[in-house]
Amino acid sequence: MAHHRQSLNLQQQQQQLLLLLAFVFVLGFLTSSCHALYEDQVGVWDWHQQYIGRVKHAVFQTQGSGRKRVVVATEQNALASLNLRTGEIYWRHVLGESDPIDVLELASGKYVMTLSGGTNVRAWHLPDGVLIWEAAIPSSKGSNPPRLVALPVDIDYDKINDLLVLSGSVLTALSGQDGTTIWKVDISGKDVDIRDVIVATEELKAYGVGFIGDSGFTVIEIDLQAGTITDRKTAMTSETLSVTELLVSKQFAVALDSKGTHLVTVSINANGLTVLETALSSLSLNAVGLPKLLPTKLDGAISLALGDLTAIVAVDPTSGELRTVETLVGAVAVSDSLSVANSKHSVAIIQLLEGGHSQNTFSLHVHGEDWTEVVQKETVKLPSHRGHVQKVFLNAYLRTDRTHGFRALVVGEDDSLLLLQQGEIVWTREDELASIVDAKSAELPLERDGVSVAEVEHDLAEWLKGHFLKLKATLFLASADEIAAVQESRLNQADKTKLTRDHNGFRKLLLVLTKSGKLLALHTGDGRIVWSLLIPGFRAPHGGPQVCPEKLLLWQVPHQHAEERPEVLVLGKSCSTSDFPAVLSWVDAYKGIELHTMKLSYPVTHAFGLPLTDSSEQRLHLFVDDQAQAHLLPGSEESLDLFLKQKDNAYFYEVDRTKGIIEGYGIKGLVESSRQTSSEGYLFETEKLWSVVFPEETESIATVATRRPDEVVHTQAKVLGNREVLFKYLNKNMIFVATVTPKSVGLLGAASPEDSTVVAYLIDTVTGRILHRVTHPSMQGPVHAVLSENWVVYHYFNLRNHRYEMSVLETYDQSRVGDKGVMQLMLGRHNASAPLSSYSSSNVEVKGQSYFFTYTVKTLTVTTTARGITSKQLLLGTVTDQVLALDKRLLDPRRSATPTPSEREEGILPLTDAIPISPQGYLTNGYQVEGLRGILTIPARLESTCLVFAYGLDLFYTRTAPSRTYDSLTEDFSYALLLMTIVALLIAIAVTYVLAERKELAEKWK
Amino acid sequence: MERGKGSGRKWAVDLCDAVPSSASARDPIGFSRSTLDLEESTSGKQKKDNEATWKQQKAWEAAQAPFRNLFMMGFMMWMAGNTVHLFSIGITFSALWQPISALQGISKVFDPFKDARTDILLPKLLFIAMNFAALGLGLYKLNSLGLLPTHASDWVSSLPPPQAVEFSGGGLPLL
Repeated sequence: MAHHRQSLNLQQQQQQLLLLLAFVFVLGFLTSSCHALYEDQVGVWDWHQQYIGRVKHAVFQTQGSGRKRVVVATEQNALASLNLRTGEIYWRHVLGESDPIDVLELASGKYVMTLSGGTNVRAWHLPDGVLIWEAAIPSSKGSNPPRLVALPVDIDYDKINDLLVLSGSVLTALSGQDGTTIWKVDISGKDVDIRDVIVATEELKAYGVGFIGDSGFTVIEIDLQAGTITDRKTAMTSETLSVTELLVSKQFAVALDSKGTHLVTVSINANGLTVLETALSSLSLNAVGLPKLLPTKLDGAISLALGDLTAIVAVDPTSGELRTVETLVGAVAVSDSLSVANSKHSVAIIQLLEGGHSQNTFSLHVHGEDWTEVVQKETVKLPSHRGHVQKVFLNAYLRTDRTHGFRALVVGEDDSLLLLQQGEIVWTREDELASIVDAKSAELPLERDGVSVAEVEHDLAEWLKGHFLKLKATLFLASADEIAAVQESRLNQADKTKLTRDHNGFRKLLLVLTKSGKLLALHTGDGRIVWSLLIPGFRAPHGGPQVCPEKLLLWQVPHQHAEERPEVLVLGKSCSTSDFPAVLSWVDAYKGIELHTMKLSYPVTHAFGLPLTDSSEQRLHLFVDDQAQAHLLPGSEESLDLFLKQKDNAYFYEVDRTKGIIEGYGIKGLVESSRQTSSEGYLFETEKLWSVVFPEETESIATVATRRPDEVVHTQAKVLGNREVLFKYLNKNMIFVATVTPKSVGLLGAASPEDSTVVAYLIDTVTGRILHRVTHPSMQGPVHAVLSENWVVYHYFNLRNHRYEMSVLETYDQSRVGDKGVMQLMLGRHNASAPLSSYSSSNVEVKGQSYFFTYTVKTLTVTTTARGITSKQLLLGTVTDQVLALDKRLLDPRRSATPTPSEREEGILPLTDAIPISPQGYLTNGYQVEGLRGILTIPARLESTCLVFAYGLDLFYTRTAPSRTYDSLTEDFSYALLLMTIVALLIAIAVTYVLAERKELAEKWK
Repeated sequence: MERGKGSGRKWAVDLCDAVPSSASARDPIGFSRSTLDLEESTSGKQKKDNEATWKQQKAWEAAQAPFRNLFMMGFMMWMAGNTVHLFSIGITFSALWQPISALQGISKVFDPFKDARTDILLPKLLFIAMNFAALGLGLYKLNSLGLLPTHASDWVSSLPPPQAVEFSGGGLPLL
């Protein structure tokens, strides 16, 4: 019997041991999740897209044996070399914000020359984009656009062709070798205003062409080698000239007269200047409004815009006589002249086809030397969301039959870049995404019943096979091919890019509004464009921005009715003065269709959603106009009833930065007459309730930070290590305002530490009460701040220590529960769940602390999660265009140098003077989000995880789990291993059971 | 030995059992049941007295058994420390469970000693007291682990944030 028992115990112990082993094994897998990323995890759930922005200059490099490419400069100050076959970026440089590229030239076939701001000339190596030299030209007076001419000759005998730069009135010759100044000459004179420079290569002369006062032309002849003025010619006109634009060609210059009725031509001959004035009417051009000369460079012709008419006028170089060769109506883009073989010139004209509005079909004509001849004629259909063609750059290539074919690089109305060849779109770059104005997220539709996950994914065998491969890779048994297959399957998970909602809420739509008035939906899985819409309500008749998009508002977010579609409201403001100051456009977020649009008769200074939704889950919105009157939308009876009930509790505030004042308003009565015009919203009178005036001499508003309106907070209590409770002061109407000394705005060093101060305020926007004020002497802006829950974190510069600093303020409500005992709390006798009013007395305690910080910050935001339980991370856009995640625990005012054991237990870190930065904290890993401007955080359905979308010139998306993914298995969790362990355990149990039975039987027979 | 307990046997024959399987079966030759009974009855009285005191003694022993356990438990609790983890929670809960299960099975513990001549009330009371002491120790441990809701934080830690009465929007103008 004793033997028997021992054997039983042994058996049980064996089983327990096996179970324990399995448990440890599984536990080990669970805890192997890591904060940083492994190399093979890159691209599994993050993506990065590079853009360049709206192209304004383009030069082609198609000669020679090298790769065909086009070099472009953009309005976002990017310089890039693109593959002409695919549109991919070979190299890209993004210059600073104050460094716009004015001129782009190719020199000697292998250098790219750029001129920025008339002062900086740079030479880049064409194949790899290396900066070869940079030369600074002292800036000189004059606001005219600077010119750069790549000379076809070498004037300093170093066998490299040189450059000529006209900046203001100073003409500088630069060596193509290293950018040193060869000579410099000031060609200004009394009333002389030089606009352009042309070069006569054979004679080695340069000619500066410009105005004298407003009634004459001057041409200054400069010797190219000596850099001396050899001749000045002038010609006076009878009419006063419009000196805004002068079109200069090799043999003539054209300007408009001040009345806009005549074109004044001056021919530049060897024997002098001849002026000829031609009335526009004689050219059968009937001006509608003021005509405008277009800066298109045409050979022997000029182009001008008259209302919606574009005319091309040929100029006779000797006599200066004019002849209209082409009048085009509507949306037209004309390319610069392109010289092809035999010194012939070609010009491309892209025009919307008559009746092509609905199809967005364009005709592309390439005109030859003689304007009557059309060398190439094509019809191109662009997708409707590209809009009209805004710019066209022409490039020629040699066909196999030795004739010339043409391809055109086209900038669409939406800022995208397309290459057209033989009537087809060769490639498209979505460069509108480089200028995102506002971004929001929307849910995807629910999965339909018919489509099961397994169908889309793989069958079970494939699934198992995949996991088996993964397991092999984990155990270092896989071959190189298998590892590659595993990586491939990880990167291309089929369920990542599905267009339905997923269980974890990782799949969403990112709605982005671009500067060009385009709304796009990106899929969070891989960043592809799901739909895009050039908002029709924002478009001008002939393309171009008429309404500048301002803000994206979530109009309708269906929760209860899953069949309903989410709707977004796009608010735009008129860019130019026109009869309507603001436009609203409602867009279906699933389909990307404009549902309806409305032109408002009032300008909108504030637009915000109220915490009220009607029965169809449309959010009520208030639009405040410049008269501080509030308009309620939607204009339905139901929304009015809803709002009237809550009217007395609705307030709004305005921050006037220039005056340094914050004013708060309350809503008064409904203006009855607005019931009739309720489509524009119900009008409500308002009443100014309070104002906070900052002293003008010492404080100017630097930053205002508000809480995200959709932020979810889980609890108001904060439990300390010693089991005491602090009650967070969670006032949704609290804002953070930082002011700086006006003198210290601007560059560092503008003010001494003694008279530079940052003052931080916490203000209640209902009552105007200043809840807290703290002064930081010897500090300077810019101030970046983020407000969330009951805390605010802000970043500024310490002038005394020459370091950046970050401060945190946390607000706690002392009056919330008071000294209630445990018994009373047990019985629920407390007022902690009573609604919080700004008017009720509260005893707010503010705790604060400051730390040094290493980096400049571009933008500052915080993670959000679905229920607000997970701890927070601060997301900083660093000056290196990366996103750095900082644990909020680092910025906790309760940190002390020696935390007590209970504080340690709570997770309070010992106080350090600076915030440590761990390299693993960079969410962007090795990427840079060039020109980072904003970070959008979106809560996933999984509480632990927050989705992060960073945008600038580039886009970057990833997800972050501030407290690690405590509610899900990691992505690399090996299900196969788990399955195999379970199977092995079952077998082991069965085997030991049989063995035990046998042994028991044997014992019994003893 | 208890029959079939814990061994998972389906059936068992205990040949040591002296009880005749059937009264109708005749005794084997040379074996007289009546003589056996007689012997027992002659020393019966004294034997019963002995048994009573022995039972009483055993009852007291059984009542004091938790006392030894108490020290053991206390030592283990002290070893487990005051941080919440798997080990300390396991010990604490076993410390709570043991007295409770012991109290539940109190009748079983004292059943063998139960007869007319044995006083089991006092041992029972001692047993109960001992187990309550063990339970108290367990509760004390639970409290020192911070698992008893004796602080304000235990009652308000998941209070939802208060509703705001007023609403205010606005900010920097869209210009």
